[in-house]
Parts: sequence; C-alpha cells; structure tokens
Amino acid sequence: MEININEASSKECLAYFQAKLDEEAWEAKKAGKLVCWSASVAPPEFCVAMDIAMVYPETHAAGAGARKASQDLLDVAHSKGYNIDICSYARTNLGYMELLKQEAMTGEKPEKLATSKAAYVPLPDLVITCNNICNTLLKWYENLAKELNIPCIIIDVPFNHTMPVARHNKEYIADQYRAAIKQLEDITGRAFDYDKFLKVQEQVQRSVYWWNKVATYAFRKPSPLNGFDLFNYMALIVCARARDYAEITFHKFADELEAKDAAGQYAFGAAENEKHRVTWEGIAVWTYLGATFKGLKNVGSVMTGSAYPGLWSLVYTPGDLESMAEAYTNVYINTCGSNRYEEFYKVVSNSKSDGMVLHLNRSCKLMGLLNNEGAEYVNAKMGIPFVSFDGDQTDPNVFSQAQYETRVQALSEMMDNNK
Amino acid sequence: MRTVEEIIAELKAIADDPKKAMEDYKKETGKGAVGIMPVYCPEEIVHASGYLPMGMWGAQKKAISKARTYLPPFACSVMQSVMELQLEGVYDDLDAVIFSVPCDTLKCMSQKWHGKAPVITFTHPQNRKIAKDAANVFAREEFKIVKEKLEDILDVRISNKAIKNSIAIYNENRAVCREFSDLAAEYAAVIKPSDRHAVLKARWFMEKSKHTALVKELIESVKANPAPEYKGKKVVVTGILVEPYDVLDIFAENGLAIVADDLAQETRNFRQDVPEDDDPLMALAKAWNEFDGCSLATDANKPKGQMLIDAVNKYGADAVIVCMMKFCDPEEFDYPILIQEFEAAGVRNLQIEIDQESTAFEQVKTRIQTFAEIL
Repeated sequence: MEININEASSKECLAYFQAKLDEEAWEAKKAGKLVCWSASVAPPEFCVAMDIAMVYPETHAAGAGARKASQDLLDVAHSKGYNIDICSYARTNLGYMELLKQEAMTGEKPEKLATSKAAYVPLPDLVITCNNICNTLLKWYENLAKELNIPCIIIDVPFNHTMPVARHNKEYIADQYRAAIKQLEDITGRAFDYDKFLKVQEQVQRSVYWWNKVATYAFRKPSPLNGFDLFNYMALIVCARARDYAEITFHKFADELEAKDAAGQYAFGAAENEKHRVTWEGIAVWTYLGATFKGLKNVGSVMTGSAYPGLWSLVYTPGDLESMAEAYTNVYINTCGSNRYEEFYKVVSNSKSDGMVLHLNRSCKLMGLLNNEGAEYVNAKMGIPFVSFDGDQTDPNVFSQAQYETRVQALSEMMDNNK
Repeated sequence: MRTVEEIIAELKAIADDPKKAMEDYKKETGKGAVGIMPVYCPEEIVHASGYLPMGMWGAQKKAISKARTYLPPFACSVMQSVMELQLEGVYDDLDAVIFSVPCDTLKCMSQKWHGKAPVITFTHPQNRKIAKDAANVFAREEFKIVKEKLEDILDVRISNKAIKNSIAIYNENRAVCREFSDLAAEYAAVIKPSDRHAVLKARWFMEKSKHTALVKELIESVKANPAPEYKGKKVVVTGILVEPYDVLDIFAENGLAIVADDLAQETRNFRQDVPEDDDPLMALAKAWNEFDGCSLATDANKPKGQMLIDAVNKYGADAVIVCMMKFCDPEEFDYPILIQEFEAAGVRNLQIEIDQESTAFEQVKTRIQTFAEIL
C-alpha cells in the first residue's frame, strides 16, 4: 500500500506506517539483516543505529487483542505451561512465538498462525528488554532468549525507591548502555555507528516532542482530543519513535486537533456533549476497546487524562548517556509512591478531570496494586471521585461489560453530585 | 547428648513462634529486631548492627480479610499474609523493616506499608551477568544506603569489621545448613520433610551463630546412629516455599522424602557463600550477582533447570516437585522452560500449588498420592 504522505490524514499515516514497519521487518529478515524484538519502553536507539529492524511484542499483542485474535494465542501459551495468571501480553506473545517457531522448524504454517488475525511478524535474531515498566519484562524476555537460543540485551532500570533519580542509578544504566553497545558490536560484527546513534537520539526527541504536544490538546476545555485516540496512536510512539514515521504522524495529528479546536469541533462533536472529563488509569482493555469507550461516551465522559501515554515522554539531551539513562528510568510507575502519586495528580489536574476510572488490570500488578493509593492522593487534593473495574489488557476472559458500565455510570452520578 | 527429637522440637518451637524468639533476643541482648521481607536481603548488615534480623514470611493458614482492602486477589499468598499481619499490628515491635523489590508485587508492597516501623527499600540490580562490574558497583551503593539508613534509624554505627565478622558467621551457618540438608537426605527415614523445614525455617528468627550451634548439635545427634534404610521415594522440591506443614505431611504420608530443595525460603539462601573481599559491602554485592537459579535473579541463560537436574542426579532423586506459589508470576514464567528441560533429561515431575492461607489440601493430597504411586 502506498499513500501520499503529504495529503494523508494522521489516521491514514498511522495505519500506513504500522503496516510498513511490519513489512520492513520482513524485508530485513529476507535480506539477511537482523530483527530485534523489543520491550515497549526499552531504548531502540542502539539497535536502530545499527540498522536492526524492530518489532514490538506488546504492541503486537495489543493489536491481536483489539482484533479479537488473542484468545488463540493465549491458548497456545497455556498448552506450553504458561499459567493463566501471567501477564496476557507475555502469554499472547509467547504463544505467537511458539507458532512462529513451529513454522520455522517444520516449514509449515500451523493452522492457528495461518488463520490468525494478528499481524504477521518475523522471529527475532535478538531481543532487548527494559524493566522500567515492570519486572515481568525481564522474565518474559529471558524465556524468549532461552526458547530461541538468541542474545538478550538487558537494560536494567532499577526501581527508584527515592526520588529524584540517584546518581549511582544513572551511572549504572549508562554503563549498561555501553555494555549493550559492546554486545551489539559482537552480535553484528561491526563497529558501533556513533554518528547514526546521535541522529537517532535526535529523532527520538522530535517524536517525543510531538507525542507530548498531542497530549496537551486534552488539557483544553472542551477537549478537541478524544483520549482513547492516544491508545491507537500509541503504536507509533512505541514502534517508530526512532524513525520519522512517528514525528510525521503526530505533527499531522496535532495540526488536525488545532484545526478542530478552531472550528469548534470537540471529542464528542459539540461542546455541550462533553458533560464530564475523566482520567483513565492503566492500560487499555484492548479486547473491549470499543465497549470501554462507548461506556464512557454514553454518559458524556470524555477521557482527557491518562498517565499511560506519558510513559513515552522520554525527554533527554542527545549525546548524553546519563541524561538518556534518567529519561528511561524516570517513568512514574518505576518510582516511589510519593513521586508516582504526584505525577498521577499532575495528569489528572492538567487534564481538568472531574473523576478517575481505575483499570484493575489482572495482567499488570505494577500498575494495578497502587491504583487506589494514587486515586486517594488525588481525591485528597482535588476532591474528585473515582471508581475501579476489573479488566485485562488482552485476555478477554476477565472484563465484564456490565460491571464496567455500572461503575462508569456510578462515577458519572458522583461527578454530577460534585458539581 | 540431647535426642534428635528434642533438638528438632526446640527449632520447631522457634520456627512456629517468631514473636517469642524476638522477645527472648531482646531480653538477652537489650537490642531490638529488624524485619526482613523476602527475598535476599543482605542480612549480614543488620546482624552487624547487633539487632536481630527477623524473616517475614507471612503465616500458615492465616485467614485473609483486612488485606483485601489493600490487595487484589491476584497478589501472591505470602504478600496477602504479610499485608494481613501488618494491618493487625503484628510487626509493630520491629525497629525497621527492609524491603527488596525484585518483583512487581514487592515494588508495590514496599510503597504501601501500614506497620509502625520505618521502611528501608533497596533495589537489586538485574543485569547481573553481562554488566556484572556495573551491577556490583550499583548493588554495593544500594547496600551502603541500607547500612546508612539502619545506622540512622537504630542510632548505631555499623563498622566494616562488624560486617566482615557477620559475613563469616553467616557463611558458617550456610555451610552447616548445606551439611544438614545433605544429612536429611541421608537420614530420610529419621528426618521428616516437616522437620527439615522447621530446622531451616528457624534460621530466619535466630541469631545465626545460635542457629549454627543448634544445627551442629542436631547433626551430631543424628550421626550418633547409623542411617536406617529408607524405603520410600526421594524428591527435589523447587519454588518459593513449601507451607503449611500439612503439605509437607502429605509428602511424608505418601513416602516422599525431600532430599534437596531449591526454595527461596531455604537453600537459595545458603547454596553459596558470600565471597572474600576487603570491602564487605562489595562482597555482599558480588554474592548477589554471582547467585544463580532463582526466578527473581535475572539470567537469560536460565540455569535453574540444569541445576535441578544436577540435584536429581547428585541425590539419586526420583522426581522434582514444583511447588508453585499461587500468583507468583516470576516462578510461573520459569515453569514452561523447566518442564521442557525435565522432559529432555527424563526427569519425572509434578506441579502442586502452594497457597499459604489454604486450610483444605485435598487437591494436593490427590496429586501427590497419584504421583507417588506412579513413582
């Protein structure tokens, strides 16, 4: 599929670049170049500087979930011994990896792979992981490396039990960057390309700038931005922040939002349709993205705040490894409670939210187990209500639409009473 | 000489009543105790302060009610139990509590402490093999922070000399625990799985040189008689812990002896010594980064399966029993790799679920009974 980028909408660019990234991964594979599977907030700068194609299992799993294709892959993982209590992104991906592995070993595509609606991506030659959003990513990538007998690059970003980020923490991460460079030189048999590395870092900064710019449109009241759109556009800040694909798309999206605002068009159309503004805490329920969106829309609640997209607000000074280390460790869920709650408060207050919806995500202990504490902190400062619902990012068996709608309606009533 | 039963009874009494063990220590020394949350705290630093490091491993068959407000049902059972106990004020006599955060649940638990004692949190480095030197420096710095915070809270000074001395005491205890574990395999007809557990659990609530002395006395008493022939089957267990005692009794009832363990509560703490180093904090840091075979210590080579297979061969075991802590995802991630390796090596294996709060054991009983019959 080819499109005229200059004339395309941001939505068209999003679909185009997502597909293009998968195609490029296959082209790289066929040309004998390396393919790397990467954790979503692991630094891509090193691999991209070495011309390695990147594939992102979390985004792939989220896509599979949104296309109702995750159940098959979860079943494969379960048959291999993966407990249903494990993160469903990991299970979806490890199930998918198993199918690709079977295909590579037998030369035949297993039926579940042939019929899967999940995007078709190549097996990796190496993996890179980073635990700034959970230690689950360490275990998951250990298994990928072991199962496929391939190198694993680890960027260990220690939990910041005190803030600001301690010097020894930044130094440890920067030392690991140097170790990763050495590892990549060994893997590729080539000297590390420091010039390209700097250019990639600069690209990441431009991508992040436009990503953060887009998020600011939800600060406007009424909001021209429907926060759920960030869940869709997120695919590119994950998969293409080291390329200009993300920058091009987000720049367009920002321009479109500016134009919408100028024209008096908002997230739900007319200004009066925005009855409430809410912050969504946690990962999206990909398997019920439409249902969760409509549940809020039906009661006039626009999602204007979410701390989740902010995980990719990776602002640093190109050329400075310690600055880059700080950016990758300074993710709110990788910090002590006091900092985490304050960061969450900033999201809620900047988005001028009237309430909070907490996704108690069975797959994500790090996001879920301190949800209430964060919401209570914000409640004490702003006096706004919150509700929690049970869900999961890609396992469709956990979410209950009836429970969700009841909770969201209850929140709506509490927000009405609060006015 | 005291009998084997008498010495085990003393150790079991300590394992079953940590509060009394702590009060006795306080009376004897005039000093207090510091809580040690699972897992792999450099306890030697606490020991060097003169305070008693007290393991915090939840409670057996404890009904969970208050903790439900603070933890969803999918947090592991040890943490449910620890949360319940802290809300009940059970830990309020501690002078400090130290948290390590090698899993996502522990990260959150360290930030939602409801006890009265001040919390000290530290982070283990996880890039332990490829970036070993950097990981050593980082771990040393984290342990230094633990030391300094302890000094501040307890109003004591912890010298390098004292930490070195504590490391020596701990290494001696590790050696004696390894010796006891081997002896329990040799004397499987004498030392039941629940006895073995009690002896090794008591070390969490005792000043280590006292534990060493008692275990030495036990070893001597056991060795006073030749090992009777053991007619049952032998197994190696792996997991976080094997509790309540009821589960261990099911092993015994079905003729299964535990000849080696790979448990986070037991052998993983004394499988290896802390190495020699002029800088004791660096010695502790190196010990962590050299440590192998735990789901909470990252290593992309995943050596645990081979370590278990080696243990099966060394001890002539008939099988491995994977004792899966309910909702412990790090352990759950290791399982699919383990079963492939067991199958390739022809090692028979069984998985049972461990839930500390459980009071009904029919499922575990049926599984172990059936498995024992197959063996």
